[in-house]
Amino acid sequence: MLGLAHNDSFSHGIHPPEMKDETSHLSIRRFPFAPLLIVPLSQHLGKPAVPVVRAGQEIVRGQVIAEADGFVSVNMHAPASGIVKKIALAPGIGGNMLESVYIEPYPASSQEVQDGEPCDLDTASADDIIGAIQRAGIVGLGGAAFPTHVKLKPPEGKRLDTLIINGVECEPYLTTDHRVMLEQTADIFNGIRYLLKATGAAESLIAIEGNKSDAARKLHDECPSDLPVSIRVCPVKYPQGAEKMVIRSLLKREIPSGGLPADVGAICVNVATTAEIGRLLPRGHGIQERVITIGGPGVKRKGNYRIPVGTTVRFALEEAGAAKDISRVFLGGPMMGPSVSNLDIPITKGTSGITAFTTVQINEATGHQKIYPCIHCARCVEACPLFLNPSQLGILAKNEEYDRMVEDYHLMDCFECGACSYVCPSHIPLVQYFRLSKKMIRKLGAAQ
Amino acid sequence: MSGQNQVLEIGSSPHVTSGASVDVIMRNVFFALLPVCVFAVFAFGIAAALTLTTATLTCVVTEHVICRLNRKPTTVGDWSVAITGLLYGLTLPPDLPLWMVAVGAIFAVAVGKALFGGLGCNAFNPALVGRAFLQAAFPQAMTHWSLPFAADRFSELPGSILAFPFAEPVYDAVTAATPLARMKFEAIQAENPDLLWGLTSGSVGETCGALILLGGAYLVARNMMNWRIPVSIMLTVSLITWVFMQIDPAVYPRPAFMLFSGGLMLGAVFMATDMVASPITNAGCWVYGMLIGGLVVVIRFWGGMPEGVMYAILLANAVSPHIDFLIQPRVFGTGRGAG
Repeated sequence: MLGLAHNDSFSHGIHPPEMKDETSHLSIRRFPFAPLLIVPLSQHLGKPAVPVVRAGQEIVRGQVIAEADGFVSVNMHAPASGIVKKIALAPGIGGNMLESVYIEPYPASSQEVQDGEPCDLDTASADDIIGAIQRAGIVGLGGAAFPTHVKLKPPEGKRLDTLIINGVECEPYLTTDHRVMLEQTADIFNGIRYLLKATGAAESLIAIEGNKSDAARKLHDECPSDLPVSIRVCPVKYPQGAEKMVIRSLLKREIPSGGLPADVGAICVNVATTAEIGRLLPRGHGIQERVITIGGPGVKRKGNYRIPVGTTVRFALEEAGAAKDISRVFLGGPMMGPSVSNLDIPITKGTSGITAFTTVQINEATGHQKIYPCIHCARCVEACPLFLNPSQLGILAKNEEYDRMVEDYHLMDCFECGACSYVCPSHIPLVQYFRLSKKMIRKLGAAQ
Repeated sequence: MSGQNQVLEIGSSPHVTSGASVDVIMRNVFFALLPVCVFAVFAFGIAAALTLTTATLTCVVTEHVICRLNRKPTTVGDWSVAITGLLYGLTLPPDLPLWMVAVGAIFAVAVGKALFGGLGCNAFNPALVGRAFLQAAFPQAMTHWSLPFAADRFSELPGSILAFPFAEPVYDAVTAATPLARMKFEAIQAENPDLLWGLTSGSVGETCGALILLGGAYLVARNMMNWRIPVSIMLTVSLITWVFMQIDPAVYPRPAFMLFSGGLMLGAVFMATDMVASPITNAGCWVYGMLIGGLVVVIRFWGGMPEGVMYAILLANAVSPHIDFLIQPRVFGTGRGAG
């Protein structure tokens, strides 16, 4: 493609309809402040942040409202200027209650952000950058919400040689990374400079799927000549964006079962995360908003929005105009996005999109189709990017043979991409079985 | 929206599916068999039509009745039992008494499928279970072959077809030997074109190799059949036969004869590929096919019977779960691929 290196891909995988055309051409727009913002103290994997504000306190947009508790934790920043109403429990995606800061923005709250202590690329050491990334509250924006600074410090004895910037975005409907690559190109390169310095990696690769050739072209053309970056265009295939798959595709290295990217000398950072690092660190700002795609057939004004963290899904859907008959709303894309039971949950740093389906899509999708017994058609085996045997795992899950699932069939390697459920002609909810099994295994393990 | 009483449905991701469905796959297998059935009726006349109809209807009714007896919703709608019925009918001699056809069909579904737990649980191909039962119960009737393309095949019904249950069937004068029997007992090999276009005698649906291959090609093109199984069977049979032909061409037939005679084509393409009773991995399918191919050659060359496809497939069915356990794909990030 236009002189850009075509890349290999991983084995297996699926081709669900991409559904990206509806929003991929729409520029990122700002979202208004909701009358109430709910900022959970735990938006990342690891320990929740500790609040440093009290009820009734006046806060300024960009101000730190909660501080990291230990290394695997990050700061939280005020998404808007206003008053802290209370610090109390608020519902999260799974129905669990999370300690959150309730903020009432001033009606005329400006978009101005309070400046913090900048992190100068030229003078900062690797540890300075890692500390600045933690202070900026940066977590993986691709969905995992793992604190980015933790990844940058490889375990003792491991050396990182390649920094992979993941702009694959293989989930259907989502186009945030696509837009960020087009609109924040300079931020991305700036972010790469910080990341290369922090990790000591010699070179950097930007992975993009073939359906975003305009972004690949733009990154290629605008790449500063002194930066060791090359753009790699991967074939369109789900789940190309998964860390294991993208590293396999680009470097032909397999992360060992149960291992980390550092085990193969690589580190993988989402492209939007990289752009935020490049945008925030020079100003000493923190993440208090993020870009999400609001889309799906149940949304009238689909698009990509820069939305304050803590905005409720309900407010977001009201602003974007939801259809009357929406019946399932999920955060992220349709392959891996968890569905919400309550629209009053907040958008967090890990939310990459809101997709709404109406009764029409739901009637023809999972859960409404007749479930047949497994006929060993092997489509799941052919789809699984990790070469697992979902058919056998499904049978074992039904029989509650958890030990065999783990020991003989590597259940714990499964990252729940959903490819097996997608292709199953018997409509067996395989991924749901696997999630439940993993929960049971953890529970049984804890009980022992 | 924004209504306070908005009803939200929750469900586990993925929220989209490929649209594939078991009944669609099964229906396509059924359709892929229809050209073979039409040819069978063309070659063997009313007798073949009655055999196929009786076999299919009996299988479907048996499954329906068993579901009802178990107080469960009927599973006839998934089309798998219709395939069993049709396949079973295609493996029978054209002038087999219809009451035997019905008894074997009941056995195929009741014992071969329902007893194991129904769709997805059958260890053996149910159609072959039914045929094996008949072979054991009525060995003479199961080795009685009528001539294809008899002049009166659309007007006269063979006397044996309507034989009274448990009475000795009365056969018409004209009978024929299958190409495999002639090979085994008279050392005469049929010509290739006769075998390919189905001009020989044999079971209702096994004679026309070309149409069987056509049906298989259709299913492979629609990703509804693992081509590795038939290819592995055919390659194994050809290779072993070729080696023995080099040793003694007077005793051992040529590979093409082995491939297109008897039930090999029908068995390799439509019987061995029963998804439930065959291995799930591609490597496993190669091994499974080689096992069937090897067994077919052994039974045909050195066994007491001229034909061995049925037993070869049934034996391989029994081994299939073990093949799946022994030949597991290398999991990502383990073994040679890790690091």
